[in-house]
Amino acid sequence: MPAEKRLWTPAPWWSRRVSRRGLLRGTALGAAGLTAAALVGCSSDDESSGDGATDALDSLSISNWPYYIDADTIADFQDATGISTSYTQDINDNNEFFAKINEPLSRGQNIGRDIVVLTDWMAGKMIRLGYAEELNKANIPNAANITPSLQDVPFDPGRKYSLVWQSGFTGIGYNPELTGRELTSVNDIFDPEFAGHVTMLTEMRDTIGLVMLGMGIDPAEATLEDARAATEKVQEFVDNGHIRAFTGNEYGDDLARGDVWAAFAWSGDMIQLQADDPNLQLLLPEEGFMIFSDNALIPKGASHKDAAEQFLNYVYDPVNQALISAYVQYIPPVQGTKEAIVDIDPELAENPLIFPDEATLANAHIFRNLDEEEDQQFNELFQALIGA
Amino acid sequence: MAFGRLRPLLPYILLAPGLVFLLVFFVVPMYTLLRQSLNEGTLETGFHFAWNWSNYSDVLKRYDEQFIRSFRYAATATVLAFILGYPLAYFIAFRGGRFKSYLLFLVVLPFFTTYLIRTLAWQTILSDQGDVLTLMRDLGLLDITDKLGISQNGRLLATPTAVVMAITYNFLPFMVLPCYVSLERIDRRLVEAAQDLYGGPVRAFMRVVFPLSLPGVFAGSLLTFIPAVGDFINAEILGSPRTFMIGNVIQSRFLELNDYPEAAALSFILMAAILLAVLVYARLLGTEELA
Repeated sequence: MPAEKRLWTPAPWWSRRVSRRGLLRGTALGAAGLTAAALVGCSSDDESSGDGATDALDSLSISNWPYYIDADTIADFQDATGISTSYTQDINDNNEFFAKINEPLSRGQNIGRDIVVLTDWMAGKMIRLGYAEELNKANIPNAANITPSLQDVPFDPGRKYSLVWQSGFTGIGYNPELTGRELTSVNDIFDPEFAGHVTMLTEMRDTIGLVMLGMGIDPAEATLEDARAATEKVQEFVDNGHIRAFTGNEYGDDLARGDVWAAFAWSGDMIQLQADDPNLQLLLPEEGFMIFSDNALIPKGASHKDAAEQFLNYVYDPVNQALISAYVQYIPPVQGTKEAIVDIDPELAENPLIFPDEATLANAHIFRNLDEEEDQQFNELFQALIGA
Repeated sequence: MAFGRLRPLLPYILLAPGLVFLLVFFVVPMYTLLRQSLNEGTLETGFHFAWNWSNYSDVLKRYDEQFIRSFRYAATATVLAFILGYPLAYFIAFRGGRFKSYLLFLVVLPFFTTYLIRTLAWQTILSDQGDVLTLMRDLGLLDITDKLGISQNGRLLATPTAVVMAITYNFLPFMVLPCYVSLERIDRRLVEAAQDLYGGPVRAFMRVVFPLSLPGVFAGSLLTFIPAVGDFINAEILGSPRTFMIGNVIQSRFLELNDYPEAAALSFILMAAILLAVLVYARLLGTEELA
């Protein structure tokens, strides 16, 4: 669930070349926030207003994570449907965004957005709280193109309220030249040789999920006891200085600079990093790895529900999806994208991280859907671990 | 006539904008925060007021380590900023001559770049594979610093050293400028008189210049220390979980966990602790002028 944490830790995106995820973390600094948010805000707005977007009040209004769409899709959609659309990249962190919209939604007020994109567990929370409109599938015939494995998810059986925007894997990114060997297992990250050159993610479900897989625990069945065992294990490596930091997508720069040799990492990021440094590898560990999705929802009371559904229908057309996919390089949730992407870049169609085969997917794990109390308890443990 | 009657009120009228500003942007938020710190509940279920003092004792117990660390780092950084900044200010004030304003400009120059960018730059400078560390490694310096506990496993990033250094660097101008102002104001004839009467430049400095510059030192150390205690960006960017300061905790509880009551309680404890530290400091240094 990169999406969520992408942000929090502040970091460094601003220093780097702008990659799609780069800006994500921006807010991480939370407070750094003020400046950071301002920066992120600005860049997002710049990006978003480009396509002749009109006043958000009488147009379809979409909120998404930074760099999670290509440059043409919005304009193409407007041309094709005549629906004026304002696309804003103002989601930088699941928790933070939720804190912003919770208050009005709980009072039944319109939040001025017709589509929001949130990571699985947060999408589940929105649905649980009754903050999401049920999708009218009659308006979204292309929803039938959804990858079958994504059709039934615990937090939204039958996809009544949500459709996946993009998915991705969480595995281990590493530099074989620095580690001096191939990695195969999650537990390789604890090799004493790598002391001080290892990072993990600030996203609880990614980090704890991977560590659990290394311990032979299925994150889909994780109990609080399992989470405690996993955090205790990691705590040991925090205390002895083995783990250098918990990061958002700053690990990308750290890997590129050589400060970090092995890191828990997200697939789309690694593909982008490989473009600069073909040495870098993404390991999908033999014990399994995490898969996450970010999901589009229509918030309760949205004023352009029909238009929002038309937009979802548009991006669920494989040809349109291919454009987005070629840019963001995560896993597209739409069947037929692979065939369509050949026209853009045949190499992408062969990339197993963008178009994983069945065997790969069989080894991808999700974290158990936690209820509110559990979420609180798991998070408490994890926040204590990462030092906050 | 009318003006004449208003005259006694004039100071208050002039004060009004400032007072309103303070009321709206300080007192009201402080009150809200104080109330928030006594709430119970969660974001999802809603917060309600409950005189929940246990927020305070809970966070104090849980985060004592980060509290102590914050004060330690901030105090070290303040002392370092003084050691670096005072001689600099002295040099500019007494030896700067016609270059004074240029030199002062150089002191402030880094402020033309964002705080974040300056801090991120240190990430590159101190990078494990960067030029600085490579040179230190080749010269065998890293082994020495490792033994002294300044670096760890041959790296500076993600160590307390990097965090304290960056705080010092980022707040140095706040130390230099007040010191400079105090030093600049000193009547040179006093120094000459001291040298006539006592002799050595060292004693003149210790007996005359330094005491006269104390208000600047006092102001400078407060301007460095107070924001440094609450800082979290340096620890976030250059540190590791083992160097996190109380600001990191407050940040994450407010923005990550949405645990507003505990975050608010932490903020109040921090405020009280800083106030206490400053009072003790003012008493020790005895500068009634500023305290």
